[in-house]
Amino acid sequence: MSTVVDVRDLVRDYPMGEERVAALRGVSFQVDAGDYVAIVGPSGCGKSTLLNLLGVIDRPTSGTVSINGERVERLSDARATEFRLMRIGFVFQRFYLMQALSARENVELPLAEAGLVGAARRARAMALLEYVGLAKRERHRPSQLSGGEQQRVAIARALANAPALLLADEPTGELDARTGREMIALFERLNADGTTIVVVTHDEDLARAAKRVIHMRDGSIVGDERAR
Amino acid sequence: MLFTLAAASLIRHRTRTLLAILGVAVSAAMLLDMVMLSSGLRESFRGLLQTQGFQLRVAPKGTLPFDTDATIRNADSLLALVRARPGVIAVSPVLGGQLHVPTATGAVTSSVLGIIPRVEGDYEVLAGRQPAAPDEMVANQRLLDALRLQLGDTLRGAAGYDAQLRSLSGERTLRIVGIARFIYMAADQKGAAVPIETLRRMQGADSDDKVSIAMIRLAAGVNVDSERVAIERLLPRVTVISIAEALNQVDQRLSYFRQLAVILGSVSLVVGFLLVTTLVTVSVNERVGEIAVMRAIGVHRRRIVLQIVMESGAMMLVAAPLGLLLGLVTARYLNSILARFPGVPAKLDFFLFQPSAAWTALGLLALSGVLAGVYPSWRSASLPIALTLRQEAVG
Repeated sequence: MSTVVDVRDLVRDYPMGEERVAALRGVSFQVDAGDYVAIVGPSGCGKSTLLNLLGVIDRPTSGTVSINGERVERLSDARATEFRLMRIGFVFQRFYLMQALSARENVELPLAEAGLVGAARRARAMALLEYVGLAKRERHRPSQLSGGEQQRVAIARALANAPALLLADEPTGELDARTGREMIALFERLNADGTTIVVVTHDEDLARAAKRVIHMRDGSIVGDERAR
Repeated sequence: MLFTLAAASLIRHRTRTLLAILGVAVSAAMLLDMVMLSSGLRESFRGLLQTQGFQLRVAPKGTLPFDTDATIRNADSLLALVRARPGVIAVSPVLGGQLHVPTATGAVTSSVLGIIPRVEGDYEVLAGRQPAAPDEMVANQRLLDALRLQLGDTLRGAAGYDAQLRSLSGERTLRIVGIARFIYMAADQKGAAVPIETLRRMQGADSDDKVSIAMIRLAAGVNVDSERVAIERLLPRVTVISIAEALNQVDQRLSYFRQLAVILGSVSLVVGFLLVTTLVTVSVNERVGEIAVMRAIGVHRRRIVLQIVMESGAMMLVAAPLGLLLGLVTARYLNSILARFPGVPAKLDFFLFQPSAAWTALGLLALSGVLAGVYPSWRSASLPIALTLRQEAVG
């Protein structure tokens, strides 16, 4: 099985006045293709920082990050953007859909950026909305969708360019319990269909659904267990 | 899709966008007016000088046409030398003076030109005809109104008035055979024209053979500047001025107009620029989260810049025609005010609309719109994505 994520000695610290605060203190781990990893830990333990580094929207102070065999920690802005577009899918806690665009247009946004045009783009966006169960809501704006529906659109958007890795930051954090369970089921289905997922969460149910759980505390990995 | 996002961003705050567009339109109007003013007066003056097709003007040495009361004496023989030159088609001598017409309540005084009717270049006959006999004249409507006379009437006019003796000199009965519009006279100026010989006689014996200026029409293909130099060499007592030289003189005399236009035009451009920059900056600051998300999902920085530049460009595009319209209306109004200045020829436009002026204003405006959008968009697209998202999540 190929390795999708290979993180070695990852350190990230931030200046805080005259001092530097360490958010990550030498983290190393690998994620194989098709895996479903939940990163858990108390607030401020460094899980979101780790997710940002995996998503190439932040740079480590030291250490290396390889995604699909490509070193990404020192990519130029243009290359990092291209990498995110084609290799990474992001799902945020607050969905972050473009309010001016319809559900379908939100999904089309990364497809358009990747150069897909016309009917092919529309068809791909519709297939993804179909996958997340929102084909009939394609013309609705985010404000006309429930939280769960918005998160589904965000997942469809994240999957637009068939990324090697799907990253989710507290994807059930803004959802009620029932919608949260639906989201967990959707993540399981995604993983079953071959998507490699790394999710940061406080949600125990979501963590339990993952195949592997990494425990973090104070910027370090303190536990790494496979589901039985 | 970028267009949809740009349009949505503008529509999101309709009132703000509308006010900004109006602000830019006002600044565009002012910019257009200033561009029109900076070149319009010169071009209008050029048109005025070229109206009757005379390329050269002869004035007493060291003076400009009608700038002083100086005249050229023994002009007929001198101008005969000019007329004899192969490149010269016509020479039109003009003698300036005043016409005093006694009325029941006093006297009406008017400018009068002595001309040769068949070659004159100072007026257009609107009704009637050119003078064909020594006692015939044309007058403008303002003079006729002042005298309560009309075409076909006669009047008793004098070329001189002795204030001490309170008596008129050089009186003559003249018949009004034409109503004319004088090209170089001010809108409120009373004017008349009589044959030059008539005016000379009215002005007295010492005025025989003198002219104030003469206008020269050249054949097609003749080099104006060479002919000007040749005539000046031929007639050492006169100054010969080409249209280009006259325009240079105008440029020098009215340079403050251009300076004023450049300064006010620059100010209005900067105001428009700052207005759009402020609006776009505020709009961008409200959307840093959205921009960070777009960056996170792989939208390139240049596309975000393009989207925001489209927003500022769209505002400029809507504001530009509004500004153009407003500019033309205000230019017309200002023109009507300035045309009332004493001595300004009625046909002279201070704000002359030229397509090039409109394109210049629009070009400057479009450029400032693009520049106004580039800085805030580039700044926002360069924000650290992770940090911005974290702050948005906390906020």
